Amino acid sequence: MPETRELTLGEAVREAIAEEMRRDSRVFICGEDIAEAGTVFKVLTGLVEEFGTDRVLDTPISEAGFTGIGVGAAMTGFRPIVDIMFGDFVTLTMDQMVNQAAKVHYMSGGKWKVPMVMRATLGATRRSAAQHSQSLHAWFCHVPGLKVVLPSTPYDAKGLMKTAVRDDNPVIFFEDKMMYKLKGPVPADDYTIPFGVADVKRVGTDITIVATSSMVQVALGAAKLLEEYDISAEVIDPRTLWPLDEKTLIESAKKTSRVIVVDEGYGRYGVTAEIASVIAEGAFFDLEAPVKRIGAMHVPIPFSPPLEDATVPTEQSVFEVAKALCG
Amino acid sequence: MTTTLDPSKTKSELEIEQWLHMYRGMVMIRLFEEQVNDLYTRALMPGLAHLYIGEEAVAVGVCESLNADDYITSTHRGHGHCLAKGAALDRMFAELLGKEAGYCKGKGGSMHIADPDTGNLGANAIVAGSAGIATGAALSAKRLKTSQVSVCFFGDGALGQGLLYEVMNMASLWKLPVIYVCENNLYNEYTHNSETAAGDMAERARAFGVQAETVDGQDVRAVYQAAKAIVDRTRAGQGPAFLLCNTYRFTGHHVGDISREYYRSKQEEHKWKTERDPIKLFADWLVSQKVVDRSRLDQIQAEVKSEVDKAVQFAIAAPYPTPDKVDQDIYA
Repeated sequence: MPETRELTLGEAVREAIAEEMRRDSRVFICGEDIAEAGTVFKVLTGLVEEFGTDRVLDTPISEAGFTGIGVGAAMTGFRPIVDIMFGDFVTLTMDQMVNQAAKVHYMSGGKWKVPMVMRATLGATRRSAAQHSQSLHAWFCHVPGLKVVLPSTPYDAKGLMKTAVRDDNPVIFFEDKMMYKLKGPVPADDYTIPFGVADVKRVGTDITIVATSSMVQVALGAAKLLEEYDISAEVIDPRTLWPLDEKTLIESAKKTSRVIVVDEGYGRYGVTAEIASVIAEGAFFDLEAPVKRIGAMHVPIPFSPPLEDATVPTEQSVFEVAKALCG
Repeated sequence: MTTTLDPSKTKSELEIEQWLHMYRGMVMIRLFEEQVNDLYTRALMPGLAHLYIGEEAVAVGVCESLNADDYITSTHRGHGHCLAKGAALDRMFAELLGKEAGYCKGKGGSMHIADPDTGNLGANAIVAGSAGIATGAALSAKRLKTSQVSVCFFGDGALGQGLLYEVMNMASLWKLPVIYVCENNLYNEYTHNSETAAGDMAERARAFGVQAETVDGQDVRAVYQAAKAIVDRTRAGQGPAFLLCNTYRFTGHHVGDISREYYRSKQEEHKWKTERDPIKLFADWLVSQKVVDRSRLDQIQAEVKSEVDKAVQFAIAAPYPTPDKVDQDIYA
């Protein structure tokens, strides 16, 4: 019987990367302050001691440059993991991700491949202000050729990261920096979680809450509050935003007839809009009410704590919307 | 520094063979591009056509110094690089016409020819966009100890994009076997580079500790000699290099760029075409040095012309991809 331990989400990510690096010599990781520093969040602590500076490669503060080098290395025999310290800095890599990584396979008629993972963070409420707090994952969902992964538990983080490293396509893997200390059971053995398979985090009958990343915990908290009002909430985590498990989302919507979608990215033209549309198209005649969406407020993330706290969905705000929807 | 040729060099059989190979290569690019111009103006070619006419000595001189498995990245003005690295005429034309038989099954087109069999990582329509890819390929080559080098072709317009400097810095720090070949054809699209590039171009590379040389890009022997020295050094583990090739785009930014007087004079174009045509310069030198007589060069021209004609007929007759192919090859 393989051992299962309690690991934090950060430890689960590190374990997945270390196991993949042991399994496959083509895997290396590069980025800013990832070697001796182990990243600013200490997620990669210890990797450089095991794998050396050739495979845990500190780079200059040149996000576009080392992302491009990752694309080229991926095309020519390696399986790089490109580490973007804060998700806000993905803006600097956009040409390399959107015009290069995402299109190399298609433009070459399927001849070149880019087996690369970009890992980045998302999430507000660290009092880091507007350039260190954004959740920009929706941008990548808009681009054919990329896959987008958002784990919500340590178990999912390990299994999804291993799948990402083994995928032959560019994958962007967003970790909510507020969840690095979140603990959960993680098997010590080798397992993967397929992309495009949503996970029902809580079974319910009255309302479906579709949630991503740290919003899964928010949704589970809201579900608990709803219990007191005899409202049974089902919580579903798509786990990968592309590919998207539309079937599981639609089936749950048909079953409960009421749906809220919660995501920490901006609501406007965002992930919640897309998922709400999938559900509206797939389950319209089974719905008792319009699909509700809850995302970040459409403002730059402010610094001052009371202001910042007002921008993100909370257990209470999700609970209130759900209660009103079921009323 | 500018590389000059050693006039005392002996004309060995091997050298003659190589010169004729380079001559054939330049003629092939010229005739290919003239055919592209014809296809385009007859509305047989969709999209845009950025011709390489006038710059042939750069692609041919550099690629002559490479091995078959060395990597290149190319640009929107990339037909010359692809052909010089060994691409087949028929599949090139087929790609330009959007046909299934093309190098990219018609999905890339003129600006995105890619071919793993000839080490071509792909032509890029973002002017410095491939600098990261070329440098990453060099990282792979170094790590895998394959002794391959990676050549990144780009124009002077790409000097305006920061990616180039980010990766040049890392290439120098990590001593990667990558060669940045800047084709300075004087114009960023429709703007003279005196308006876009401050300071000395080669000094930008030297600032990163990257060895830089400047060469007359209309002299294929000079380009080859400079490239060969750089490639040998880079392959031996001496780190990245920068080769600035001064050249000229004989035609417009693209085929449709007809009225160009607002950015350059007809006299300037005439001067380059009559006095600095790389094919004519090389042909005259070959004849004056009695390497070959004019009839041998004419024969090569005729052979290449016939190959080009055959290839274009193949491409015109080749079928388009069926619409059901549109969503294939998005994911591996």
